[in-house]
Amino acid sequence: MAEKTVCHLRVEAPKIAQKAQPGQFVVLRVNETGERVPLTMGGTDPAAGTIDLIFQVVGKSTALMRTLNVGDSIQDIIGPLGKPTHIEKIGKVICVGGGTGVAVMYPITKAYKEAGNHVTAIIGARTKDLLILEDEMKAASHDLRVTTDDGSYGVHGFVTDVLRKILDEQKDVKLIVGIGPVPMMKFLCKLTKEYGVKTMVSLNPIMVDATGMCGACRVTVGGKTKFCCVDGPEFDGHEVDYDELVKRQRAYLTEEKVSMEEFKAAGR
Amino acid sequence: MPEQEPKVRARNFDEVPFGYTPELAQLESSRCLQCKKPKCMEGCPVEIDIPAFVKLISEGDYKSAALKLKERNALPAVCGRVCPQEDQCEKLCIVGKKDQPVAVGRLERFAADWERTKGEVTLPEKAPATGKKVAVVGSGPAGLTVAGDLILKGHDVTIFEALHKPGGVLIYGIPEFRLPKAIVQSEVNYLERLGVKVECNCVIGRIDTVDELLREYHAVFLGLGAGLPQFLNIPGENYCGIYSANEYLTRSNLMKAYLFPKYDTPIARGKNVAVFGAGNVAMDSARTALRLGADTVRIIYRRSRDEMPARIEEVHHAEEEGVQFYLLTAPVRFLGDDNGWVTGVECLRMELGEPDESGRRRPVPIKGSEFQLECDMAVVAIGAGPNPLLPTQTPGLELNKRGYIVADLETGKSTKPKTWAGGDIVTGSATVILAMGAGRKAANSIHEYLTS
Repeated sequence: MAEKTVCHLRVEAPKIAQKAQPGQFVVLRVNETGERVPLTMGGTDPAAGTIDLIFQVVGKSTALMRTLNVGDSIQDIIGPLGKPTHIEKIGKVICVGGGTGVAVMYPITKAYKEAGNHVTAIIGARTKDLLILEDEMKAASHDLRVTTDDGSYGVHGFVTDVLRKILDEQKDVKLIVGIGPVPMMKFLCKLTKEYGVKTMVSLNPIMVDATGMCGACRVTVGGKTKFCCVDGPEFDGHEVDYDELVKRQRAYLTEEKVSMEEFKAAGR
Repeated sequence: MPEQEPKVRARNFDEVPFGYTPELAQLESSRCLQCKKPKCMEGCPVEIDIPAFVKLISEGDYKSAALKLKERNALPAVCGRVCPQEDQCEKLCIVGKKDQPVAVGRLERFAADWERTKGEVTLPEKAPATGKKVAVVGSGPAGLTVAGDLILKGHDVTIFEALHKPGGVLIYGIPEFRLPKAIVQSEVNYLERLGVKVECNCVIGRIDTVDELLREYHAVFLGLGAGLPQFLNIPGENYCGIYSANEYLTRSNLMKAYLFPKYDTPIARGKNVAVFGAGNVAMDSARTALRLGADTVRIIYRRSRDEMPARIEEVHHAEEEGVQFYLLTAPVRFLGDDNGWVTGVECLRMELGEPDESGRRRPVPIKGSEFQLECDMAVVAIGAGPNPLLPTQTPGLELNKRGYIVADLETGKSTKPKTWAGGDIVTGSATVILAMGAGRKAANSIHEYLTS
């Protein structure tokens, strides 16, 4: 795992660990001045009472989380939130994870396999250091393919390149689940639409309360406005307006920069 | 009542009215005629003994006045600030027939603040422990009232709140300059000192269902509020910079985005802001936008001044601070730039026709009257409905057509056994004091059930 950009926190949250299902997320606030940050769970251990959060450090809140050590506390944690992934036995399923999207993809992949599906997993990252959960994904699937954009590990290329090959070879894939950066999900769905295979994605808009009371996370799916926090986070990937989602995700770029500069200036 | 100057206060988040001095309070309270048949009490949803507490103030016994208030009202510092007294107690005041009514609200605020700032809050005696446990879902005014009443009757009470701080609309909806959050926290602390347990970060409907709660608790009260934002459903509503009032106010009030970057949550600081709606929430949003640095803030409302639902006092404060009012105007679509940011709104002029089902005259578009208004930020404050998260996950809980919980208005009983409900989740968006009144009735009904 990349030393400074991808972070893995194991948090003691017994009640959430007990109740969480694949695909769900939590919201946390590190301290009193912190914002509410939604993060998908990359796995839970109900017996130990812990949940796993794996994320990329992209701004002040995630940078602050990276400074947490074993024994530190997170002031507020709320969950499990969102609708759980709908798991059923349907036959052949392909689970595609990009970057830190693999974190939430892991419990979902495991669940599809445990439900009796034949699961192929494709995980990709920009470079070897950003790949996560390779061993776990191997154990959670019947067939694992790994890609890196720069060819430093596995197949040199995008997850969509490998997916296209598989879809050319196998005509009986029933469902594809794709989770990763928005452009990845957008192009993945463009591809799977060509092949006519149902595709579910997990969206990651900005959120505030994450319980459906503010509308910050609104996304357009099939021409209708949905709240990602309660109607999602998973939606039919062929129906999502990805361009709108990207624009809305960029709404606070200026403020994010200010926060990060202040954080760095404070010597953290 | 002495107030901050409009131009000054429109740029800070401090309270607008300074509050009575003891001298002003004594003067005002001695205007009360101590009517034998107090009309004012008939207007109070929680039946405060108004003449009694007013008399105590006129006698200089502020401590007893506060105690008298607390006999019927768990949150007097809140109500003294946000109740629409002009439609309730003060409207019926006999003195008000010939002169200004006795300022009941300001006197309530005075007594409650005096007690709080003197630091000697007396705890009333509790009844002996009954061994019964009650779960209250939601820490807004309804839930806080149910908790406050039942704890005094000897029951074990736990409040479950979805957000990370308690208070519900008191903490996320009403701005700091109308209701300081320290006061809300102080009222909740009072309940905790009485023995009420408050568990934040618990989303009932996700972490636990109502049925799971009923395995551990003898009764459940649902005070979920009106937590579903209503949007205009016009083209362009998903441009960046367009907020539901819930989001805008939650960022500012709960997350303290007005203190960014000291507090991490950002909020758009539009220079030219359009606020849709004309209720108290719209006034709060408009006044918040001014305080966040807007040069121009416009309230855009499809009916006329007479139909505006906001408290006259709030409209007055907004106007003094420089909010502009575009009445008989309705939005048609939003305009935006290539980055997805709102740049303006196309509007249509309206005229008033026959009354609709709300009893107010229906706005009718004037054909061909389209015009555009520039704006770099917009807040949609046209109402809030029931958040379906919990109601739709609770078997046996009947909902009406619009998703509100069906409950007896006198007892708060829902169709689900051992489950009561009150406040906005039953009636639709109303007021803090009406939610408290509903909480009072439900607490009485729950107590009767638990002790029968």
